[in-house]
Amino acid sequence: MDISFVIEKFILVVILFGLSLVIAMYSTYAERKVAAFLQDRLGPDRAGPAGMFQPLADGLKMFMKEEIIPTDSNKWLFMVGPGLAMLTACIGTAVIPWGSPINVGGRIIPLQVTDINVGVLYIFGVVSLSVYGVMIGGWASNNKYSLLSAIRAASQNISYEVAMGLSIIALLLVTNTLSLKEIVENQHGWHWNVLYQPLGFILFIVCAFAETNRAPFDLPECETELIGGYHTEYSSMKLGFYLFAEYINMFVSSAVMSTLYFGGYNYPGMDWVLIYTGPVIAPLIGTAVLFAKIFAFIFFFMWVRWTIPRFRYDQLMHLGWKILMPLAIANVIITGLVIAIVEKF
Amino acid sequence: MEPLTSKKKVLIQKPLTFAERIYLPALGKGLAITISHFFKKEATIRYPEVQREMSINWRGMHSLKRDEDGKERCTACGLCALSCPAEAITMIAAERKPEEKDLYREEKYASVYEINMLRCIFCGLCEEACPKEAIYLDGPIVPSDYLRKDFIYGKDKLVEQPLVKK
Ligand code: SF4
Ligand code: SF4
Repeated sequence: MDISFVIEKFILVVILFGLSLVIAMYSTYAERKVAAFLQDRLGPDRAGPAGMFQPLADGLKMFMKEEIIPTDSNKWLFMVGPGLAMLTACIGTAVIPWGSPINVGGRIIPLQVTDINVGVLYIFGVVSLSVYGVMIGGWASNNKYSLLSAIRAASQNISYEVAMGLSIIALLLVTNTLSLKEIVENQHGWHWNVLYQPLGFILFIVCAFAETNRAPFDLPECETELIGGYHTEYSSMKLGFYLFAEYINMFVSSAVMSTLYFGGYNYPGMDWVLIYTGPVIAPLIGTAVLFAKIFAFIFFFMWVRWTIPRFRYDQLMHLGWKILMPLAIANVIITGLVIAIVEKF
Repeated sequence: MEPLTSKKKVLIQKPLTFAERIYLPALGKGLAITISHFFKKEATIRYPEVQREMSINWRGMHSLKRDEDGKERCTACGLCALSCPAEAITMIAAERKPEEKDLYREEKYASVYEINMLRCIFCGLCEEACPKEAIYLDGPIVPSDYLRKDFIYGKDKLVEQPLVKK
């Protein structure tokens, strides 16, 4: 392993980390703006031009707030909770291919931190881990509401992971690989997976909403029943971490959806652009396209949040186990059948 | 129980149709409604810079009026304080000295006149009670402030600016 490889990866990691944080920061701003526009309001517009500095002001406020650790809480776990939520949210970006490899003077730099051959499983594992931050925080707070919310989050995540996993299996039948890089490359030239797996995509996006605890599945933090949910007892930057982790999760799952179903950095006319702009600019355009897709998904997350009300808990379980799971199984069977028939004839 | 009127409507909950049960069409409809609002003009008025147009009988901050010679009209009769349902007005009366003839119209005047803007409900009864047409609620919105004591407006804030002699 030569030193330039390490430097290359290091730079990429730092950029990705910073980018996730900045995007999460501005997602909070975007959320408020989108909410406002959908409700015929203006949203924050005082801090800086069009309120651009609002996230900075919010962050500053979070830092200045008094830090309260409840006396009866489990202090160690209470502090680990938000850190874990943040950590699991951030490491998901490592396997996503952010663009086709850049060719700088013969040296090929892949725009992906690491291409592990089970990338999909890795993403899956990271997403499942993310519930630990919520659970540990909720349990350590020693508060009935937090505990209830933590239990809800856990059972919700487990329920929806099943359907999500099954919809991924159908996708893998189509792609024949678990490596995200190859999945993206296979989608080159309008072979986007969403065209082959429309039902699978719908199942996946519903599950993604549930896994990221976004409305209409934001039961762990529903104010009417559980005050703040698992972060009721949290204050200052610990609370900030939890809120932040939610937005990073949203960013990562948008990236995963764009990668798995919407062709990642592929876009129509890509080969033509590659010929005319050269091997350095073209991949970067691809990255920009990927980010456009991601932002579209983030906007969709917000749009849905300000449209539909929250599910009741029994409805949530009903949807997860009795509707999504059978549909996902049917999807796997149909996909398998179709593939078998196509290969036979 | 016997129905009291003949206007009775029995509601029967129909089972949901398939389209309603799969939820997605309704979801699409909802999303279409919200996105249509995305492009509507927002109703917000950016308050301090832009002000809403008030109706002609809008009641805002009080002002203590002067007469055509620039003398204060109020005679500290206390009727406004008496009529005030929120007990927001207090005043101290004083007798006019001969050299103050140009300042006050009547022989008795209010040396201190205070309205607590946090108590006031802007009902306008003080305006109606005044026999001297000395108080009107024709000012702007009372601005916000940080301390309670700053909401007690004295004569410095209430009395109209003196007329400029032409
Ligand atoms: S407007 Fe009404 S409440 Fe206010 S000072 Fe006058 S009488 Fe009192
Ligand atoms: S404002 Fe009018 S009612 Fe009130 S004390 Fe003065 S003269 Fe009397």
